[in-house]
Amino acid sequence: MNINTTKIISLLFFIFSAFYLYTAYQIQVFAFDENAPFNARTFPIYLGYAGLFFSGLKLILPDPNTIKVDHKNLEYKKTGILILIAIVYGATILKVGYFLTTSLFLFASYYFLGERRWILMFLLSFPFVAAFMYLLHGILDIYLRDPFLQSIGVMG
Amino acid sequence: MIEGILIGLTTALTFQNILMVMVGCFFGTIIGMLPGLGPMTAIALMIPITYGFDPATGLILMAGVYYGAVFGGSTSSILLNAPGVPGTVATSFDGYPMAQQGKAGKALAIAAWSSFAGGTLSAIYLLFMAPSLSKVSLSFRSPDYFALMILGLTAIAAFSSKGQFLKAMMMVVLGLMLASVGQDSLSDITRFTFNNMNLTDGISFVLVVMATFAMSEALTIILKRNDPTSAAKQVSLTELGSIRINKEERTKMYKTIPRSSVIGFLIGVLPGAGATIASFLAYGMERNVVSDEEKDKFGKGSVNGLSAPETANNAACSGSFVPMLTLGIPGSGTTAVMLGALLGFGVQPGPRLYMTNPEIFWSIIMSMYIGMVILLILNLPLIPYIARILAVPKNYLIPLILFFSVTGIYVMSFNNFDIYLMIGIAVVATFLRLYDFPMPPLILAFVLGGLMEENLRRSLLLSNGSWEFLWDRTLTACILATTILIVVWHIYKTFKKKN
Repeated sequence: MNINTTKIISLLFFIFSAFYLYTAYQIQVFAFDENAPFNARTFPIYLGYAGLFFSGLKLILPDPNTIKVDHKNLEYKKTGILILIAIVYGATILKVGYFLTTSLFLFASYYFLGERRWILMFLLSFPFVAAFMYLLHGILDIYLRDPFLQSIGVMG
Repeated sequence: MIEGILIGLTTALTFQNILMVMVGCFFGTIIGMLPGLGPMTAIALMIPITYGFDPATGLILMAGVYYGAVFGGSTSSILLNAPGVPGTVATSFDGYPMAQQGKAGKALAIAAWSSFAGGTLSAIYLLFMAPSLSKVSLSFRSPDYFALMILGLTAIAAFSSKGQFLKAMMMVVLGLMLASVGQDSLSDITRFTFNNMNLTDGISFVLVVMATFAMSEALTIILKRNDPTSAAKQVSLTELGSIRINKEERTKMYKTIPRSSVIGFLIGVLPGAGATIASFLAYGMERNVVSDEEKDKFGKGSVNGLSAPETANNAACSGSFVPMLTLGIPGSGTTAVMLGALLGFGVQPGPRLYMTNPEIFWSIIMSMYIGMVILLILNLPLIPYIARILAVPKNYLIPLILFFSVTGIYVMSFNNFDIYLMIGIAVVATFLRLYDFPMPPLILAFVLGGLMEENLRRSLLLSNGSWEFLWDRTLTACILATTILIVVWHIYKTFKKKN
């Protein structure tokens, strides 16, 4: 059997399905529901078996369309940095507030992706977020929590 | 029906709704033009905004985005040979050679008129077919629905990724597994939450769509930035040429459009088939019916070769609304996203939709036609300007997509956990996409998961736990037989390819 990344993904999915199935069997149902034709664990159990079946088939059967990815040409570093910035953005958005974190997220993302036109970067972050925030909060009446703007008295 | 049409017109022709169609068409065109960003991404980005409107307006906006994105996809196919959406791949066969001959303006105009005609004709078919299909679907019982959902999921797995049936089925199972997280709808027992309160209500549909489409699309673009096979082609838009279509070309289009619209609509109605198959079939059929002289022009800038897939993909878009509106079962990944949005509005699509919410049912159908007209009026004169958007640098585009994704989740839940979960799912989805694991089956399964479990529950309870319900009714048995045929055919094809 030829081992390629697709097979490894299938193996991981097989393990995941086995774990899912195990967890499905652990779902606590009401005592009177235990022997019912259908209870809260019935559907997940079928899904677990279906996952094992399809990933098992993918593991066993030959793969006529092997996908070859040239990892040398992939930008892992920039993608990783972007994900990291997004995580920091997610972690600070509630505490700091929508306006400042979003603007900084956009500005930092432009920078790490190689942009150096500072004025354009600024215009497409701070004023852009302010306009978008006005659209959501002011016009569409969608509440946006922003402790930073509240602390400086811009938002009520 | 006349009363329904009037209700639809009254709703669709309000100032707000016309504005929504215009906005939807415009933004859809822009997003659809950017290679890699299709209608699903466009609609996913619009969902948080639509929650500020009533269901009819929200859906009208999404329908406008849908048509706009399909048309936008054609623009990048013709100008860059880089289809924005899979449904416009066939458009590039003759559209791009035409553009290379200095007739890009004409190619775009043919695409715009064909899209308009295809969409208009199919909106008429939909107008007459949807109510009668609604009546037929009233006879459907739980086992039929369950079987139909299995068929829909199998069909989308079979057609969404060529030769990757098992991968698509794995994605279907993953989608159903994600849908099973949270409280059981009947007993309220929590499942797969691992004592995390944030998961009690399940994983949000918008979160999954944003993660698997918008966010992972953006990450994939960055990841593959230096990949020579997918590097963005340089845009050369100095010479678009005239957008006038001469008499000879018009005559060719008159013949192509009606037949392509029929095939497009019928393929669109089938669950899982969609615009891609419709456009390829229409292209193939057109090649078979034209004269030998015209046949030689196919692939070198044929008017028929461009008009056929463009008509069919737009007709298929309308067709895919039929199973969604009448059966509550989406025919494509895009309509699955729209179904999810409808459920978010508290509207349950299905045979009773056109009785319980006629204003929604009819206004969607009527706004489709209005959308077509607006698309033509808006896009035809703006072609040279719209085309310039293709040159938007990725350095700005990617952060903006990520920003819209995170904002979409933030305004819905106001918690960090959902943002982390979205990033996590997006990273996994990006990795899976690298190895050709298709995402539309996952979304369709995620949307149908709850309904599927509900129908299986009813069927098993009614049959006292016996699986005989699968072949007790002729309709259920027929649907399941079709499903089995699709599976067997794909297994056979895999073995044949190997040997």
